[in-house]
Amino acid sequence: MRFFPHTESDIRAMLDTIGARGLDDLIAHVPASLRASAAINLAPGKNEAEIVAELGSLAARNTGASAFASFLGFGAYRHHVPAAVRAITARAEFATSYTPYQPEASQGTTEAIFEFQTMITQLTGLEVANASMYDGASATAEAVLMAHRVAPKRKRVALARALWPDYRDTVRTYLSALEHLELVEVPFDPQSGATDLAALERIADDRLLCSVIGYPNAFGIVEPLGEAAALTRRAGAIAIAVTAEPLALGLLKSPGELGADIAVGEGQSFGLAPQFGGPGVGFMAARMAHLRQMPGRLVGETHDRFGRRAWCLTLATREQHIRRERATSNICTNHSLCALAATVYLAMMGRRGLRELASRNVELAHRAAATLASAGICARFGAPFFNEFVVNAGDAAAALARAERATILAGLALDSYWPELGGALLVSVTEMNTQSEFDRLAGALAGVN
Amino acid sequence: MVGERKMATAGKIAREVEQMQTPPVAPEAPAAADVRSVPLLFEESAAGRSGADIIARTAGDRDAAAILGAALCRDDIPGFPELSEPQVMRHFLRLSQLNFGQALQFYPLGSCTMKYNPVLNDEMASLTGFSALHPMTPAHLAAGALELMAWLEGALAEITGMDAVSLHPAAGAQGELAGLLMMRAYHRKRGAARHKVIIPDTAHGTNPASCTLAGFEVVVARSNRRGFLEAAEIRRLASDDVAALMVTNPNTLGIFEPEIAAIADVLHERGALLYLDGANMNALLGVAKPGHMGADIVQLNLHKTFSTPHGGGGPGAGPVAVKKHLAPFLPLPRLRQDGEAWSFDYDRPDSIGRLRGFHGNFGMLVRACSFILALGGNGLTEASRFAILAANYVRTRLEPHFPSATAEPSMHECVLTHDLEKRADVNTLDIAKRLLDFGIHPPTIYFPLVVHGALMIEPTETETRETLDTFVNAMERIYAEALSNPELVRTAPHTLWLSRVDEAHAARRPVLRWQPDKE
Repeated sequence: MRFFPHTESDIRAMLDTIGARGLDDLIAHVPASLRASAAINLAPGKNEAEIVAELGSLAARNTGASAFASFLGFGAYRHHVPAAVRAITARAEFATSYTPYQPEASQGTTEAIFEFQTMITQLTGLEVANASMYDGASATAEAVLMAHRVAPKRKRVALARALWPDYRDTVRTYLSALEHLELVEVPFDPQSGATDLAALERIADDRLLCSVIGYPNAFGIVEPLGEAAALTRRAGAIAIAVTAEPLALGLLKSPGELGADIAVGEGQSFGLAPQFGGPGVGFMAARMAHLRQMPGRLVGETHDRFGRRAWCLTLATREQHIRRERATSNICTNHSLCALAATVYLAMMGRRGLRELASRNVELAHRAAATLASAGICARFGAPFFNEFVVNAGDAAAALARAERATILAGLALDSYWPELGGALLVSVTEMNTQSEFDRLAGALAGVN
Repeated sequence: MVGERKMATAGKIAREVEQMQTPPVAPEAPAAADVRSVPLLFEESAAGRSGADIIARTAGDRDAAAILGAALCRDDIPGFPELSEPQVMRHFLRLSQLNFGQALQFYPLGSCTMKYNPVLNDEMASLTGFSALHPMTPAHLAAGALELMAWLEGALAEITGMDAVSLHPAAGAQGELAGLLMMRAYHRKRGAARHKVIIPDTAHGTNPASCTLAGFEVVVARSNRRGFLEAAEIRRLASDDVAALMVTNPNTLGIFEPEIAAIADVLHERGALLYLDGANMNALLGVAKPGHMGADIVQLNLHKTFSTPHGGGGPGAGPVAVKKHLAPFLPLPRLRQDGEAWSFDYDRPDSIGRLRGFHGNFGMLVRACSFILALGGNGLTEASRFAILAANYVRTRLEPHFPSATAEPSMHECVLTHDLEKRADVNTLDIAKRLLDFGIHPPTIYFPLVVHGALMIEPTETETRETLDTFVNAMERIYAEALSNPELVRTAPHTLWLSRVDEAHAARRPVLRWQPDKE
């Protein structure tokens, strides 16, 4: 096995030092009955060429990865990843290091995390961001738990129905042991596709713990976050904004500016391939007043013995390895290398580039919507949208099948998640899509070939 | 010949250690800012620079701000970086040089299994058919990905001796949460809510934190003087309100829990479950299967035993494996086979639901597959034996000055102590920092909590004997230095780009982001 360095003489010498006759002597104390049945019934090891062939043929069977024009989004997005991102994240100094518990040996990782934290605060308009969470859905659940620590007496969690079903389900699972908390769904307006503010207002009282609103929401709609946050905060509750397409934060007013107390989301759009859904990277930002209730790692600035600037993990007294059962979260390993990818990506895009790219996404998505509309495929909702929109596709399943025959993944039928949205199709557009794809999409959905 | 080679190697190591540079006892403060320090991105920015491609606008398109309305849009992202691509590359490449990594240094971090991460794994995960695959792709256009997941579930079930596996959790701690929520659901389904989980005093911090999150009260079990858990202790603590025992095996002292099967029987008699934390699975491959120990639930860390890179703190993956009676409670979605074709099944009424978006950290699953294929059943079995050999070798060689915290045989890691605190006022942190001067990442320190000043060493199966010898020699030398020149050790490191970092300062006055008006 090419990963093992042990020669016969190494093994002999090491066993001699230990005072053992053979390798099996070293495990002789493990109960014999367990050892007797421990054989692993898997094929013998394969060589590199065999593995490349085997996994390569599996990869080739995923024809949806590259053989289609794709309009799939819904929380995972196809954006161009600059070569610089992969070149950096492939560096073994980053990829094969551990959580930076020894700051002197981890200044590369810690400085990059400090930069990630800074850029997340800049994008969200909030004051403190952590080193990353697993993904957008679990970050949302952690945000609700954090709100619960900030306001432990309040019981009611208002979840927008226009949030991604995965996010709502994840919150439900994380809260399943906190039986005194009540989940309330805030409906969306069937005309606009935005969260029904009047419905939110009706539950905005002293029982409300937090509101959780997508920004943009699962339909791509730019929610009236400012109004929603104001209603929430007027009731003394915590406003949580959730973003699954973080590119939007390059153009839209920041959640912090609009009054959100906590901004969480998914960072996959920032330099990570879709990878069939993971790993992405969750982010979380909040106000300094809530710092001690934040979950996850934080990197802070400090200095070495001679006063030179340095970085290290800090405020660990919130965390599981110190506080154990009283920790703010059980999170340990997070998604550090993915946060590094996002950091490189954002550094490449920069102050102007990110806004330009976000603008291009908006412009292209609206051109796609116009192309579909002129073929008779009309938008379902009236509120402004970012780079995803919902159309009426008639028989959505039939439309998707027609599109697939024309090598187009036309989007996602929404009725299995929202039964009230029969015939609705979510179409996602990024800078990777072209006008000729829009034309083909329009033809396929309209049944014109 | 063999004898000659041994001599030559020993001689080489002795010379290397001789030649290890002895830094000054009280180093002079550096005259100017160290050339190796790297300014922040924000400090290297200049207005108007960009590393972004310009994407041409199509004639006739309205501007985004006009489409959405200016009221929805921000004017700027104040302070955001402005750099060219070469600047970005140099910045991060220079940062990379400030890191230790397993591929470059010996990294015997106990409980973390810092083994070699085969480079082929990354290449496989980046195949377009995997990396560009959107999670909402219809199943019949993602058949290879689903088959890979099904294969990995089967392989992990075989390795652990369990019946069913979910690849859903993002990391070990999330796998723990999944397991605990499943236990909760299991007991409720049987009509009896149980509120307590027993955890040994040697447990990782994630165990009690996960219990709290899952709504359980933690009951601490004491390990005995020899460092393991006795069935009698579990019998004493077991009650009709105990949902489970959550135990790591080998435990965090690196020793196999000899009474594990009897403990499982005690639990099962009382209707409780055995949760086995698979963080230390690297000791058990082909040695003992958790399923045969009586475990009802096991979570695995693909970034430990199955060689996916740690990435400076993730991403990992934390599959959870169960026996049949717990399978209905596994997280959503599940894989389902109809004929030849795999698809996702969401219709599982007893499931605890999902803990994250989509289907798991698929990119890490590909890497773990690549690893398991490369080793095969025979290689996995060898891996644990070599890991155990390395740990016992290091333990034996260090015994004179760094005795083991336990007399029991070590598995894949050993926990050592020392008397330098009494003899020289040099503590474990000082030893760890001094190791950095020898180009070695320190072991895990001060853990497990039951051992004063612990050094927890996990050498793994992929390190050479020469590397282990260099480590042993460095430790011996540090021991001698601590007695002859304690200040040298107390002020280490001396040869890196930074001297010792003041971690307390960072917590006293938290600066957690860069701000333009800071000065």
